[in-house]
Amino acid sequence: MRHEIRFSGFGGQGIILSAVILGRAAALYDNKNAVQTQVYGPEARGGASMSAVIIDDEPILYPKVRDPDTYVIMSQQGFEKYGCNTRDDAVMLLDSDLVHDRPSCRYVGIPATSVAKKELGRDIVANIIMLGALTTATSVVSGGALEKAILDSVPKGTEDLNLKAMKKGQELGIQGESS
Amino acid sequence: MQGNIACAEGALAAGCNFFGGYPITPSTEVAEHMASRMPKITGSCFIQMEDEIASMAAIIGAAWTGARSMTATSGPGFSLMMENIGYAVMTETPCVLVNIQRGGPSTGQPTMGAQGDMMQVRFGSHGDYSIIALCPSSVQECFDLTAKAFNLADRFRTPVFLMADEVIGHMREKLEIPDSVEIIRPKTLPEGTLPFTAGPDGVPGFAPFGIGRFTHVTGLTHDERGYPDTTNPACHESLVKRLVNKIENARHEIADYTIVNENARYVFVCYGAPVRTVKEVVDRMKIPDTGYLQLKTVWPFPEELLLRFPNVQAFIVPEMNLGMISREVERHVSVRVIPVGRIGGELHPPEELIQAVKIAGGDV
Amino acid sequence: MRNEWLRSDRLPHIYCAGCGNGTIMNCVLEAITQTGWDRTRTVFLSGIGCSSRAPGYIMTDSLHTTHGRAIAFATGVKMADPSLHVVVFTGDGDLAAIGGNHFIHGCRRNIDITVVCMNNHIYGMTGGQGSPTTPLGKTSTTTPYGAEEAPFDLVELAIAAGANYVARWTSYHVKQLTDAVYDGLLTPGFSLIEVRCQCPTSYGRRNKYREPTDYMTYLKTNAILKRKWEEMERSGENISPDSFPVGEFVRRSRPVMGVPDEA
Repeated sequence: MRHEIRFSGFGGQGIILSAVILGRAAALYDNKNAVQTQVYGPEARGGASMSAVIIDDEPILYPKVRDPDTYVIMSQQGFEKYGCNTRDDAVMLLDSDLVHDRPSCRYVGIPATSVAKKELGRDIVANIIMLGALTTATSVVSGGALEKAILDSVPKGTEDLNLKAMKKGQELGIQGESS
Repeated sequence: MQGNIACAEGALAAGCNFFGGYPITPSTEVAEHMASRMPKITGSCFIQMEDEIASMAAIIGAAWTGARSMTATSGPGFSLMMENIGYAVMTETPCVLVNIQRGGPSTGQPTMGAQGDMMQVRFGSHGDYSIIALCPSSVQECFDLTAKAFNLADRFRTPVFLMADEVIGHMREKLEIPDSVEIIRPKTLPEGTLPFTAGPDGVPGFAPFGIGRFTHVTGLTHDERGYPDTTNPACHESLVKRLVNKIENARHEIADYTIVNENARYVFVCYGAPVRTVKEVVDRMKIPDTGYLQLKTVWPFPEELLLRFPNVQAFIVPEMNLGMISREVERHVSVRVIPVGRIGGELHPPEELIQAVKIAGGDV
Repeated sequence: MRNEWLRSDRLPHIYCAGCGNGTIMNCVLEAITQTGWDRTRTVFLSGIGCSSRAPGYIMTDSLHTTHGRAIAFATGVKMADPSLHVVVFTGDGDLAAIGGNHFIHGCRRNIDITVVCMNNHIYGMTGGQGSPTTPLGKTSTTTPYGAEEAPFDLVELAIAAGANYVARWTSYHVKQLTDAVYDGLLTPGFSLIEVRCQCPTSYGRRNKYREPTDYMTYLKTNAILKRKWEEMERSGENISPDSFPVGEFVRRSRPVMGVPDEA
């Protein structure tokens, strides 16, 4: 089974880190092959950021995502640049507060940024909420693998916050506004 | 793990104990990782120099104390290093340079991949010389080839280049770190032998500073004592021919490659990131009559490998430049050579190479 | 004693008759013998120019490097093996023009090396072009109507950039120069000893110091001890534009790099 996942948002949201965590979860804890790539500009904050992961049971040769079946979109600009030409059977997780348009494919709206800010007190973990939602809204990664990969990747002292964010995302992945 | 970090880890596994560098996208993670790791390793030194000229100078200075030394950069910094790369060649200083290639000329595309420095690495400093250049196409090869680069540098007393690109340098995939890597240090200079008297392989033994051999090292044309002799044509000719031949004559020994489908009619010659697309087309999509030669060693160019394809009708050379190594292939074969140059920063998609196969077959 | 430090098989040397570089080499080797440093653990480096040929005549390990870069190479040598003693010979063009950036960063890092600059105000090896220390109005092949650019003060530059030891003498002041080099060698951190010296062939010939002794007389007359110079400045005394202060300008202990661990 092969999955191509594309993440997009603005710089500073943790778009690249999300892809790194997902790739790590798949490669190290779900025993799949994974390749992570990205497109980024000179901005460290702001600007449209894109990263991608391929997860496959087979070795991954061509490393770039070309026809994603899964999207995680966290800004309107990111939607316009990387999310508006999806294939029909794709699924898109979008931050429902920050993305105004909706795709033609199946989607799940997750109010990740506002939930991160209001319920968890830190909007920085919005990307982890989106990753959590991936485990319940799609089958690209298992919850157990994601949890381990998150613990590997986040700064010391923030583990509880991030795991809470992941759990919140898992709930929202089921409950969120969807088509 | 990321390709750039794998380069750094490969270097450390090979015993690299001196890194002099200057930040530049997209190679900076190599320096950052060394800055984090080296202070915790006894006898190791990381130093951020004032520019790439100084970085290259520092690693040469360090190499003469016997250190395994390295720097990492990208196009604009690589251009600045050219002066002292020539010095390293002339003085036969073993050292390793990682170039994570980005789009040029000039500052070009800092965050996008390219292979536009493949001729610069071969010919970029002034004068006649040869060098060794390796090209990884995966994170694993970043590790393996960087470690190998140190052995080649010591074996041949020459700068060795890891010519990666932004695509591979910033890509993350699984890396298996071996328990240990093979380490080959330079031949020692026998007692009573002059510091630049070479053995039959054209490589002199190495007497690092501080052991009482009183080696004078100069970028000027020098005799076997290391003393300048700049107006004697015979001295210059024998020195420079030896510097070239010690590498060119060892092409077989240095060549590192993979051949798939020797009997193919359409053969890709590839290195670095485009290898990934070639594998997709040949190994996965199994486009009929295709095979490939993956060059992990691009320089010295292992031309005899092109003769390993008895049925070849065309060589297809995908590169992230407008056709550099394709010209080198053309120089050595009589069959058709189809360059597939792509610039702008993106890797060739498989269709582009399939189209090239169709062109080769006369279908288009 | 000093002969041990010379490569007799390299003679004759390339320096012109009357050149000041030999005197300076002699003072440096005298200072080094006074330190008792082990010849096998001492490394000389240089860049390009007349000054930079000096290490080739000295019987130690030595790196004759690229133009202006000797301090950057020396940084690599010293950081990779801090137990080595590292001395750089350079000239005014090598140090202050093409090597200016490496010079100030060497001072900033306060890397534990000693830099001896043979400042003859001219590019001697290439036949007498103006340098960053060519005084205003002086003639060279590239300033045929007199230099119009203000020169660098190498001492002030090294002090501002952070060097731990800075002195200036001339090829006339053999004893004081030897002592200053000795102090520089033993001071941890970056030491600069600027040595004003004669180049009869390229500078003297075009600037009315045709005979080596003419320039020695100029150096003797115009080099004013630092203390006296400061008094003259304080009292508002008229100082000739040809004059310059000599002596020890800085000896301090800013944080250093490349000093071996005490252990």
